[in-house]
Amino acid sequence: MKFDTPAGTNPIDRLTVVGKPTDRIDGPLKTTGTAPYAYERHDVVAGQAYGHVLGAAIAKGRITRMDVAAARAAPGVITIVTAETAGPLGKGKWNTAKLLGGPDIQHYHQAVALVVAETFEQARHAASLIQVDYQAEPGAYDLAAARAGATEAKGEPDTGAGDFHGAFAAAPVQLDATYTTPGQSHAMMEPHASIAAWDGDKLTLWTSNQMIRWGVKDVAQTLNMPEENIRLISPYIGGGFGGKLFVRSDALLAALGAKAAGRPVKVALHRPLIANNTTHRPATIQRIRIGTGKDGKIIAIGHESWSGDLPDGKPETAVQQTRLLYAGANRLTAMRLAVLDLPEGNAMRAPGEAPGLMALEIAMDEMAEKLGMDPIQFRILNDTQVDPEKPERPFSQRQLIACLQQGAERFGWSRRPAKPASVRDGRWLVGMGVAAGFRNNLVTKSAARVRLDGQGVVTVETDMTDIGTGTYTIIAQTAAEIMGVPLDRVVVRLGDSSFPVSCGSGGQWGANNATAGVYAACMKLRQAVAQKLGFNAAEPHFADGHVSSGGHAVPLAQAAKGGEMVAEDGIEYADLHKRYQQSTFAGHFVEVGVDAATGEVRLRRMLAVCAAGRILNPKSARSQVIGAMTMGAGAALMEELAVDKRRGFFVNHDLAGYEVPAHADIPHQEVIFLDEVDPISSPMKAKGVGELGICGVGAAIANAIYNATGVRVRDYPITLDKLLDRLPEIA
Amino acid sequence: MGTRYHTDVSRRGVLLGAVASVALTTSARGGQATPTGGDGAAATSSGPVPVMNPVKAKVSFTVNGKAETLEVDTRTTLLDALREHLRLTGTKKGCDHGQCGACTVIVDGRRINSCLTLAVMHEGGSVTTVEGLGTPARLHPMQAAFVKHDGYQCGYCTPGQICSAVAVLEEIKAGIPSHVTGDLTKAPPLTATEMRERMSGNLCRCGAYSNILDAMAEVAGLQSAGGPA
Amino acid sequence: MRPFTYERAASAADAAAKAASVPGARFIAGGTNLLDLMKLQIETPAHLIDVNGLGLDKIEETADGGLRIGALVRNTDLAADGRVRRDYGVLSRALVAGASGQLRNVATTAGNLLQRTRCPYFYDPNQPCNKRQPGSGCSAIGGVTRQLGVIGTSDACIATHPSDMAVAMRVLDATVETVRPDGTGRAIPIADLHRLPGDTPHVETVLERGELITAVALPRPVGGTQLYHKVRDRASYAFALVSVAAIVQPDGANNGIAWGRVALGGVAPKPWRVEAAEAHLKQGAKATTAVLLADARPTPDNAFKIKLAERTLAAVLREARA
Repeated sequence: MKFDTPAGTNPIDRLTVVGKPTDRIDGPLKTTGTAPYAYERHDVVAGQAYGHVLGAAIAKGRITRMDVAAARAAPGVITIVTAETAGPLGKGKWNTAKLLGGPDIQHYHQAVALVVAETFEQARHAASLIQVDYQAEPGAYDLAAARAGATEAKGEPDTGAGDFHGAFAAAPVQLDATYTTPGQSHAMMEPHASIAAWDGDKLTLWTSNQMIRWGVKDVAQTLNMPEENIRLISPYIGGGFGGKLFVRSDALLAALGAKAAGRPVKVALHRPLIANNTTHRPATIQRIRIGTGKDGKIIAIGHESWSGDLPDGKPETAVQQTRLLYAGANRLTAMRLAVLDLPEGNAMRAPGEAPGLMALEIAMDEMAEKLGMDPIQFRILNDTQVDPEKPERPFSQRQLIACLQQGAERFGWSRRPAKPASVRDGRWLVGMGVAAGFRNNLVTKSAARVRLDGQGVVTVETDMTDIGTGTYTIIAQTAAEIMGVPLDRVVVRLGDSSFPVSCGSGGQWGANNATAGVYAACMKLRQAVAQKLGFNAAEPHFADGHVSSGGHAVPLAQAAKGGEMVAEDGIEYADLHKRYQQSTFAGHFVEVGVDAATGEVRLRRMLAVCAAGRILNPKSARSQVIGAMTMGAGAALMEELAVDKRRGFFVNHDLAGYEVPAHADIPHQEVIFLDEVDPISSPMKAKGVGELGICGVGAAIANAIYNATGVRVRDYPITLDKLLDRLPEIA
Repeated sequence: MGTRYHTDVSRRGVLLGAVASVALTTSARGGQATPTGGDGAAATSSGPVPVMNPVKAKVSFTVNGKAETLEVDTRTTLLDALREHLRLTGTKKGCDHGQCGACTVIVDGRRINSCLTLAVMHEGGSVTTVEGLGTPARLHPMQAAFVKHDGYQCGYCTPGQICSAVAVLEEIKAGIPSHVTGDLTKAPPLTATEMRERMSGNLCRCGAYSNILDAMAEVAGLQSAGGPA
Repeated sequence: MRPFTYERAASAADAAAKAASVPGARFIAGGTNLLDLMKLQIETPAHLIDVNGLGLDKIEETADGGLRIGALVRNTDLAADGRVRRDYGVLSRALVAGASGQLRNVATTAGNLLQRTRCPYFYDPNQPCNKRQPGSGCSAIGGVTRQLGVIGTSDACIATHPSDMAVAMRVLDATVETVRPDGTGRAIPIADLHRLPGDTPHVETVLERGELITAVALPRPVGGTQLYHKVRDRASYAFALVSVAAIVQPDGANNGIAWGRVALGGVAPKPWRVEAAEAHLKQGAKATTAVLLADARPTPDNAFKIKLAERTLAAVLREARA
């Protein structure tokens, strides 16, 4: 199905199932521990051996000698895979560093060996017996030091409009400030894990991966084998957040290990390996310049960002939102990329916008203060309904002002004193902060297959994944709505490369595109069903398990009495996304308390008001938003991959050292979705919400801390040591 | 405590990559303590490697009311005994180091991290896992409340959260104090703040905390966890 | 984790004798730190002596009106004990500030005292560490040190002792009771249990090889307002940046303080108490901290702990007076 004109009225608009707050259909499995994750598939293949990964002990250099004799001789050891034994390997399109290092080492904890043994305990111990000699080489590990040598990244030219430099210089009110965000780790609760089994030259991988199609292609490319001989199965994923967009060393080494062992092998990355072995959100340095008139209207806005990555890596696109969020005739955005020999930087939840808004939305707060304006008023004043770089391109929907205004009312924003450090509640300094949230809506093709059986059960198959996003449920809702059956008559099968290719899960594009693909397939099935049942009317009615037209109703199941009916189709997008800017918006509101003595920051209230198209399942969508707000709170207050700049690695590489928010950090969270349908986005009229919740919330926290204390911190995370010197004296 | 160290570091240079290229030898045990005990299990770079076979031990305990007897490697944690030997994979391995709570089970009436205890240490013990609380067809009230309040997303921390949640309500009932308990001489109150603090050993990266609180509040019979209390 | 043999000890004396005679033997009680380190090959025992069955899990009143806490009393039970909550509030407070509910249900009194540092360089076997590998160097010095020690450290090691409980026991003047391999016992003042690193950071306590802690004795209650204030980035389930254990006897005069005791956690290789500093409590936190941390040698990354300790103590004193 080609989507080339804005959606008109369609079966989804009935909203008998779609749009209702619906318990997840996978809930009973997940809450009873019976949803099977990758490492747990005892059921799929017999004789699984255990693999344990050894990571490199240096950040950069070469292996000069590797002695595996002791490990090979250890009890239970079946085989050992190294770069030497693996033979020539390709590199996946989505990987920057090789998944199996040696002799060259590109980053700390890059995998250098897999030990396969009869038991987990044996494999882990034998891996410790491998001796590796390294020749270490000097590397670059400090972004600030490498900043001067950073260059324009391939395919990421500077953008702008008007004359930024001239206009900024002439602006009556100016802000020129630099902000930093540290590297962050996805820290999903399920470690990367895979089981590999070979049947002749065919490979099956039960794995934990967000993007099945990308995975198949990259496994094929890495192992130099045809795609059709590879099957990926990933029905349950214990969190990804971008960290499982790509094939990682667990999958490759399980495949290589299984080949070498001649039997299935399972591999999970041990937790202390994950931060350095896999990808992370790169650190940024961001310079923001805003020039306004005395009236507060933005005349010039510039956002430059520096980040680092391994050679041939990509920049963190932290300036993205600044191209679109606020008006202003004179604009500049620029990204510079330095070569760093730290582990591979890559996508993490809302890449670009998440760290970009952490900086931009502090800058907006600072600018509002300079102007003596309320920060909400300042944002409203500079709203734009068109792409500021290309004013002929309108936003398909843009309710940022409504998000901010409704949020202000709901949150009691009027009680916020403009003067910082003026509210005290016992030991706590109390403050409120606001920030705009912004994340683009990305459209990409997505397909599905729908089956109807003689009992009237509708089964949807697509290689789409559910990484906690609620995909199972919204796909079931979509199919139920279109086919006119109750939710419990729909079966959803996901995460299998033998199913039609979907958009996969990432970039908050999953919900809209995957359900649009299911929409396309269901509409095709409806057509076939109508034909089969002899309805000549163009549009018979599908409801209550029946197909009807003009008083004539037939049970839907009737169509499949003589055999299952199957339809396959997908959604493809023409150019609406080029003609219209499609984005999602939020107003984030936070109240914090800062301990007047210690500087500890504790969140007291959080509210997000979101405008993100049709909300397919308000229950799971709300969960996505509060979850992203929680991750944003971590980014604001505690998360930092601490770099040892001499040795080139993330030092705090476990869940004790890399602190993510715990229950006690998170207060009650409120989410409001504005009524919105966006017929430009897809037949579902939906957009994504999974990343919107993290976009802006960090800055709202930072701004609340400023309001509470009068201390402006521009370097995340905002830990107490950055406040302590400037808090009031205590007796 | 009689910890003794192998002091031969001659082959283990110090890495100073920023200065010049230097040679360094490590093994995964490189740079770490190796005991000087006479069993000779630690491989050195020069000597031959004596084989040290796993030590097997028999252990009997009940899991979800069912008697189980296992012969395990002494190194096997309770977590791996459950997941790999008994194939009860509801209990999750998130970190294997007591840093996340995904492996929480209830042993002899108390919630513990099953990753940081050996199976052989539980002779005669009674283990309850998430599978023992309820089944998809017959959910435990806490499991049902998690579904109703969407107290999970990816589902991986969920079994640990649920085992903890069940135990936390019991701990409050039993009067065990927490970090946020105001008056130590009184029984701790059943409040959102108490529940949040007590649940903090169960990380959820999807960030379902606010919903988990709502689920617990419902099971505990509280009106709402919503307020700042 | 290397293979090991395993036995359940029959008696404390037997356990101590075994630990001294069997090569590579270690005790295991809760195991929450030992197993953690064994998985990383940082601890590599060849033989584990499970002491959980020794019955050392009781809290009893002593003849002089104090409490004897069995070595195997779990952190949860110690924190919940009515006598501890009433008379030794700082101990109960410190216990519940540590770790998580699950860990406290397993971790023991003796194990808590003997837990090893959380220095990230100690935890990474690829990195030189004098504590893990004597003579290999300290890679933390000059590295990421925000969490690490500011006082009592040495050029060989800047790790901290991570316990909360031990800090409270230090202000309570607890005594550690042990049994040695020869069957004799001794009592070690908690002030003397942990050693400063000096040139031998791998030697962490004064315990002899095979010596088993059997109990911790608390002297009779001293009264006062007992507080434990733990400061950390995450609101729970995190190690202290700084913690303050204090016992303060409020007084109408004397700036509100009749007498007091204070010890710090998160700053040193052992619970940090300088008795001479306590005379200054009446002058306030600044004067006290000036003495308590007079010899501090912080790194640029953790120098904030000095000010944080002072401000936290100030908050504690204010609360004690209130």
